[in-house]
Amino acid sequence: MKIKGAEMVVEILLENGVDTIFGYPGGAAMVIYDALYKHSDQIRHVLTAHEQGASHAADGYARSTGKTGVVLATSGPGATNLVTGIATAYMDSIPMVAITANVGAGLVGRDAFQEICITGVTFPVTKHSYFVNKKEDLADALRNAFRIANEGRKGPVLVDITKDVTEAMINYIPAEPLELARREVEDLGSKAEKFAEFINKAERPVVYAGGGIIASEADSEVLALLEKADIPAVNTMMASGAVPSDNERSFGLLGMHGSFAANKAIAEADLVIAIGTRFSDRVALNPKKFAAKAKIIQIDIDRSEINKNVYVDYSINGDCREVLDAVLEHVDEKDHKDWIRQLKKWQKERPMHIRGYSDIMNPQQIIEYVCEHTDNDTIYVTDVGQHQMWAAQFINHKAPRRFLSSGGLGTMGYGYGAAIGAQIGNPDKRVIHFTGDGSFHMNLNEACTAVSENTPVITIIMNNRVLGMVYQWQSQFFEGRHSQTVPERKTDFVKIIEGFGGTGFRADTLEEFEEAFEKALKCEGPVWIDCEIVMEEKVLPMIPNGLTVDEMIFE
Amino acid sequence: MALKKEVVSVYVENTANVLTRVVSLIGRRGFNIDSLTVSATNDPMLSRITIVFEGETLTLQQLIAQIEKLEVVKSVKALDMNKSFFRELLMVKLNADKTQRSAIKEIVDIYRAKIINLTRSDMVLELTGSPDKLDAFLDLLECYDIIDICRTGITGIEK
Repeated sequence: MKIKGAEMVVEILLENGVDTIFGYPGGAAMVIYDALYKHSDQIRHVLTAHEQGASHAADGYARSTGKTGVVLATSGPGATNLVTGIATAYMDSIPMVAITANVGAGLVGRDAFQEICITGVTFPVTKHSYFVNKKEDLADALRNAFRIANEGRKGPVLVDITKDVTEAMINYIPAEPLELARREVEDLGSKAEKFAEFINKAERPVVYAGGGIIASEADSEVLALLEKADIPAVNTMMASGAVPSDNERSFGLLGMHGSFAANKAIAEADLVIAIGTRFSDRVALNPKKFAAKAKIIQIDIDRSEINKNVYVDYSINGDCREVLDAVLEHVDEKDHKDWIRQLKKWQKERPMHIRGYSDIMNPQQIIEYVCEHTDNDTIYVTDVGQHQMWAAQFINHKAPRRFLSSGGLGTMGYGYGAAIGAQIGNPDKRVIHFTGDGSFHMNLNEACTAVSENTPVITIIMNNRVLGMVYQWQSQFFEGRHSQTVPERKTDFVKIIEGFGGTGFRADTLEEFEEAFEKALKCEGPVWIDCEIVMEEKVLPMIPNGLTVDEMIFE
Repeated sequence: MALKKEVVSVYVENTANVLTRVVSLIGRRGFNIDSLTVSATNDPMLSRITIVFEGETLTLQQLIAQIEKLEVVKSVKALDMNKSFFRELLMVKLNADKTQRSAIKEIVDIYRAKIINLTRSDMVLELTGSPDKLDAFLDLLECYDIIDICRTGITGIEK
């Protein structure tokens, strides 16, 4: 059957089970948009205010559902506006297919209107990319894009299609989604046995849980390991929810703003079991001193993550879930009561504390209140900065895919798009977006999308009127020279969201917040709650770059 | 750990932008390489990239693991230095008047190099061989007035 290239794009999306995409039309993409118009009953297209919002929405959709996020944009600025969203997905290994239209093949290379070599721009931030300027390459490129995005370590793939290919008549032969090649672990049995031997011999073991657990859906295997061998766990921000916060063996966030107990556990352990994690500089703040008293063993699907930042004693290169399954067989039942008691002692000694302020709110109280008044299925989304760290620290993480945050790239402006994408992918779940006044100013224009799509995302703005994280560092490390972090903005967030057609509240005290939040839960469309918080509140504790838990700052 | 010279052979799909992908990866990951050559193979769908790299074993493993992740890469391996042949092509242009020609010709003959151009004032020499041989040849030519040198970089194959 001969169909237009643009129709083929739609057919292959359908082949791959796509029913929702995010995007923004434009000249080069018009033929694809025409095909989408005809198939609007099969594919829901969510129009955002800006392509960056669309790419973050596709990311939030992917993180919260586990499906591939799909984003569509036109050539030139449409394509370049996606870049931050693609890079965010790349750094956090999120499966995404970004489709861009380009100018007609005859115009390529001539600096045509809205022409950009987007494959070239995105080489460093995609797993792979295709430039399709021949109609016979289109089907293979699109089908492979879905395969590559999901195979092994997940990530974004870009398909750039010239406009003439979208218009060309192409022979379409329906096909099943391409099978994902599985990297079989050679001699898994004996490797698992050796891996388990390290665990069986350890006296002070700790699981260092990473986002790979969520990507490979290995959370129940991890819990089984914790239980069987009575091992405590600490987690990276990307693994929030992989081990529930209230699990008796969970000691929370590790790294720069992690808990004292979690960092102490790594420092004092005799065995660190790294699962689906990459020893980033926000965790292994000093890679030479990371887990100095421990042997380190690692499971990761990406071979290049082994011995990249920190040298490990033993590793298995494979899917976390599959490998853990094999390892569990060889793990002895054990108890590490004394070790866990020691961790509990450290936890008590230096708890994540909330400072009390008499007349003004502190952000941690807001987060705790929200967690207590939302159900277990609630999805929390953050932007980047102080509020993000408070959220990671104080949210009661219940399950995987319920905490969406830009970890690797640290993208301010990620949150609103991602929250809208998450809400669209999970219409029955409550989505709460925590943001700061700095981050929110970057992409709050997506309010129009939330209104058009009637997504009841509740945005909680931690408004301290400064660019808090940099402000905090300036206070601490630059003798209080607050260069360009006190913007003196007069933004009235309530008026803005009302102007967009949503609902806004302002809260100066916790009582006002509680009242506003209660009302927000009953609203149909998007709600913003502008919360006045104390400017000088810091994210603590903190281990500065290059240092260890011994140099942790508490005040 | 001592730095060691390694030669990495990469089979890649013969498609657009392959070289850019590999080179851009090496650049952004901060690997220092000595040379890189691209050549055809007996399979028209595949090309071979030969990378000469000097570094620690762990860095080499990381380089290989990173390159291996590229979709266009079919296989990567570090060649076993003892079981492989390496060749490189060198061209040297030097000032040489009639008083120097015969002495240079002598070196050229010993090394089985070629004189591929000769004018009243200069000559261009060509030599193919192992990198060591090229280095030694150049060393002998140092006492002459070299105008320009170009080397192709190493290509290698296992026995």
